[in-house]
Amino acid sequence: MYQYDEYDHTLVRERVAQFRGQVARRLKGELTEDEFRPIRLMNGLYLQLHAYMLRIAVPYGTLSSTQMRMLAHIARKYDKGYGHFTTRQNIQFNWPKLEDVPDILADLASVEMHAIQTSGNCIRNVTADQYAGVAADEIEDPRIYAEIIRQWSTLHPEFSFLPRKFKVAVTGSDHDRAAVRVHDIGLHIRRNTKGEVGFEVLVGGGLGRTPVIAETIRKFLPKRDLLSYLEAILRVYNQLGRRDKLLKARIKILVQSVGAERFAEMVEAEWEHLRDGALVLPAEEVERIRAFFAPPAYETLDVNQPAFEAARFEDRAFAEWCRTNLAPHKTPGYGIVNISLKGIGEAPGDATAEQMELVADLAERYSFDEVRVTHEQNLVLPHVKLTDVHAIWQALKPAGLATPNLGLVTDMITCPGLDFCNLANARSIPIAQRIGKCFENLDRQYNIGELKIKISGCINACGHHHVGHIGILGVDKKGEEFYQITLGGNAEEDSSIGQIVGPAFAYDEVVGAVETLVETYLLERRNGERFLDTYRRVGIAPFKERLYDAH
Amino acid sequence: MTLIRREGVVEDPWTFVEDGAPLPKGASVIVTLERWQTDSNALLAHDGRLGVRLKSDQTADAIADALAKFDLVALEFPTFKDGRAYSTARLLRERHGFTGELRAVGNVLRDQLFFMLRCGFDAFALPDHAMSEAWLEAFGEISVVYQPTADGRPPIATFRR
Amino acid sequence: MTLQVVTANRLRDGDVVYLTAEHGWALWLDEAAVAETEVEAEALLKFGEAAEKAREVIRVYLMKVERMEGKLDPLSARERIRAKGPTTRRDLGKQADNGFKEHN
Repeated sequence: MYQYDEYDHTLVRERVAQFRGQVARRLKGELTEDEFRPIRLMNGLYLQLHAYMLRIAVPYGTLSSTQMRMLAHIARKYDKGYGHFTTRQNIQFNWPKLEDVPDILADLASVEMHAIQTSGNCIRNVTADQYAGVAADEIEDPRIYAEIIRQWSTLHPEFSFLPRKFKVAVTGSDHDRAAVRVHDIGLHIRRNTKGEVGFEVLVGGGLGRTPVIAETIRKFLPKRDLLSYLEAILRVYNQLGRRDKLLKARIKILVQSVGAERFAEMVEAEWEHLRDGALVLPAEEVERIRAFFAPPAYETLDVNQPAFEAARFEDRAFAEWCRTNLAPHKTPGYGIVNISLKGIGEAPGDATAEQMELVADLAERYSFDEVRVTHEQNLVLPHVKLTDVHAIWQALKPAGLATPNLGLVTDMITCPGLDFCNLANARSIPIAQRIGKCFENLDRQYNIGELKIKISGCINACGHHHVGHIGILGVDKKGEEFYQITLGGNAEEDSSIGQIVGPAFAYDEVVGAVETLVETYLLERRNGERFLDTYRRVGIAPFKERLYDAH
Repeated sequence: MTLIRREGVVEDPWTFVEDGAPLPKGASVIVTLERWQTDSNALLAHDGRLGVRLKSDQTADAIADALAKFDLVALEFPTFKDGRAYSTARLLRERHGFTGELRAVGNVLRDQLFFMLRCGFDAFALPDHAMSEAWLEAFGEISVVYQPTADGRPPIATFRR
Repeated sequence: MTLQVVTANRLRDGDVVYLTAEHGWALWLDEAAVAETEVEAEALLKFGEAAEKAREVIRVYLMKVERMEGKLDPLSARERIRAKGPTTRRDLGKQADNGFKEHN
């Protein structure tokens, strides 16, 4: 993991002191709310329905046990005993007091964490593949570059008042688990024909009111040019992105209005001035950062671990959990353990202080002190010996953390919705809870197979509904909660935006509608097809027909 | 209006002259880009120093060729949320080599001063009610920086090598 | 016309509050001053906005309510959730407070 040196420490400490001063000036009346709002947002502090909400950055989703324990401490001391992991690999606390926030930030700084740029019209916390460093198909660890970008973007003076928020994601595998195609900038690590490693640069993806899949503006960017090229993109956007209308301000609108080709030309023209300047990324710097992400001291183990196989053979429940929640690790004898935060009937992404502490303990004991947060709102223990997996499962079970549903229909992405969020039109969490209960039966879930349901409580699309195989969007119809359903979205390397299936459903009709869609899929599917495959083959018509005949 | 620089509150020797208004004799005058573009001959004949003021949608390119004629460029922040002038400032300093006064005008707030300074601004026009002495602290709140920019501060990376 | 009350969040801690007849801020909707006309509503809102200037509260606005068996009930789902707490967690928000039972 990356470790702060004295400079990083100084910056974060000074940022805490600066925010403490800003809060004091707000409480004394030297700042109006209009002036304070962007300041608090740049430190991740929102005002939601019931209270303030503090979003804390988990850079590229990587946490140490110490950091996870600090999050548990904050949940207990300053909040109401829990936190909510988000689709940007961050964590949110829903009940902090404004007066306490500087102290929370000071606690975070003591474990090399912060809330810098988790909101506001600036470069947000950089996200990456949750299997970084352990995926078998990885070209290089994307966290190296995500950390380099984190540093470059932190308090970037030119890009702190962009037209709109700006999200960057990095992935290092062919199989894209970081949804880079729906980010303002997606960086996909590639090898060119000469065998050199660099980046495919995608720009202008995003969800929200106008969902767009990013377009490639450069097929291969050498590593040395990473920062100068990013600076060129951001400079073009800062100067030309629309500032007259909030809804037109994201970079995707600029890219669409001039065309990806023309946009690429503008970036290249700007980059010509910058490419050999002060932002050249020296190979030594890449190596220095890479050293922080060096693989831990794995033991040399056999691929076959009889004790693990025996446990799977003897314990059906364990075997079922392994089938969904254990992913292959690049190192023989190791596995990647996924901890589902989608317990049936629970709020997706929520974890209590006790659960956080348990995960921290397990990470310390079994996973080289490391935890990951996924954009699908689950946790990962990335480096687990197969022979330890059974013990981990046994420890997770009584804590409600051993739900065997990763990638299945009950593993839903869900935004906080109207139960918490000031922008929401409708509730999301109770919809997820009802769907969870409806599909609780494991055999039924296995039969359905991979099906990604994504739920947003408003058009801002924090629940990624546009890229759900089944997307559910909460809308307000004369004060009543209604839900629009989309089909065929996908966030992976073959991304697509879901299509609206028809008129919206009332709150009480949504679960039935989802069941009808699933039944239709089961009727239509051919050998081994996932929901998405069937949908892509047969199109929307059969789904539509059954959905609106039945209701 | 109060003018500050990094070292403190300073006198402002410059006068902004509205379009169409006569240029005060011998004075250091700031004019709009539009006036410069339509009336540069008269302005060049002026017997005092010349400055130009750009709106946030007017780019560095618009004055790049004439920069040697100006002792001051003022960049407007119509609202503090409009961050275009940060790019303009860096381009004037880093690409076009402007060494005169780079002044931030408009909705200039304490919590933006640090970013402005880093982008090459060296003078800041504050609203009169602003607490200018206390605002000076804003320049020094963050002592380490990650980015190489127009203020010439060595980024953290240079200490690590 | 529809009944209205003024609501806001308290600056220091973010709590949902309602403007009372005494121009203070109450945690419980039932203690809110109810405007029965547009003129009364505007007058209440003015007091609310003054409190925003005085840094007591933020995000001050009028919301619609109805009277049900002597109790005030917000008309929108959003305001019902603000007045009680998350529908998914009865142990959070105002509904989890002892004072809630006395007032609602």
